[in-house]
Amino acid sequence: MALQVLINLFIGFLWMFFQDNWSVLSFFSGYLIGLFVLFVLRRFTSTKYYLFTLQAVVQLFSIFIYELFASSILVIWKIIQPKINIRPGIFSLETSLQGDIEITLLALLITLTPGSVVMEISPDNKVFYIHAMDIPELSDSVLRSKTRFEEAIKKVTRP
Amino acid sequence: MSGSSLIELSIAVIILLGTILGFLSSIGFIRLPDVYNRAHALAKSSTLSVLFVLLGTFLFFLFLEGYFSIKIFLGIFFVFLTSPVSTHVICRSAYHSKVELAKESIQDDLQEAMEEYTRKQQHNKNTEEASII
Repeated sequence: MALQVLINLFIGFLWMFFQDNWSVLSFFSGYLIGLFVLFVLRRFTSTKYYLFTLQAVVQLFSIFIYELFASSILVIWKIIQPKINIRPGIFSLETSLQGDIEITLLALLITLTPGSVVMEISPDNKVFYIHAMDIPELSDSVLRSKTRFEEAIKKVTRP
Repeated sequence: MSGSSLIELSIAVIILLGTILGFLSSIGFIRLPDVYNRAHALAKSSTLSVLFVLLGTFLFFLFLEGYFSIKIFLGIFFVFLTSPVSTHVICRSAYHSKVELAKESIQDDLQEAMEEYTRKQQHNKNTEEASII
């Protein structure tokens, strides 16, 4: 991906020099042409076309924002009840992700959504131990959001 | 009502929403039973309410001062990056120093896993000592 961005920047500069016109606008048009060239040549590069990766990042972010709002409303609803009726606990969750970046990203996203905190990850990086505020209601939603996060993360990190 | 006062009103609503969320999470901090549940309340305050307050500040500078402040986005980014790490470390160290869960808790998978882990380590240690001898 870094190589593709570098090639794209190079094409942008090349276009600017060919125009003999040192301006941001001609560099930008060269950059757009570089994007098109890379899109045409996408089957010959070893990694995925980097705009697709960018799109996957945007998708992951929008899923995250949605989960953040949904679970926040749930937790606030629990807090403002006259009598707090929660059944907290720690449950285990298996993950199919591998590698440091993927595991860290998933732990970060699960911890950022309110109502669930990753307490511990097993030494072989396979099982998350998650503390949830209300197990009967939240464990299903955590499981669902975990599956969605995993799919989105795989789209970002895997070629 | 002119356009600029309408924008001002909507920005005020966004910032007010952020402060209300912060207030609710501090209520949660007082009312919830144990350290783990309180960490939930604080993690929420530092994500959603900071998001709303900084977003309102950003819109204020953009529309009323005509100044695009990228620094505010950096602030949101770093809060999002650091707040879960600190929450995780606080909960983890609390568990490792054997702070008990609230009595309402219904499930604790981590305890079994940790017991098994320490048993395995003990076993490895024993076999190592045996092999040295």
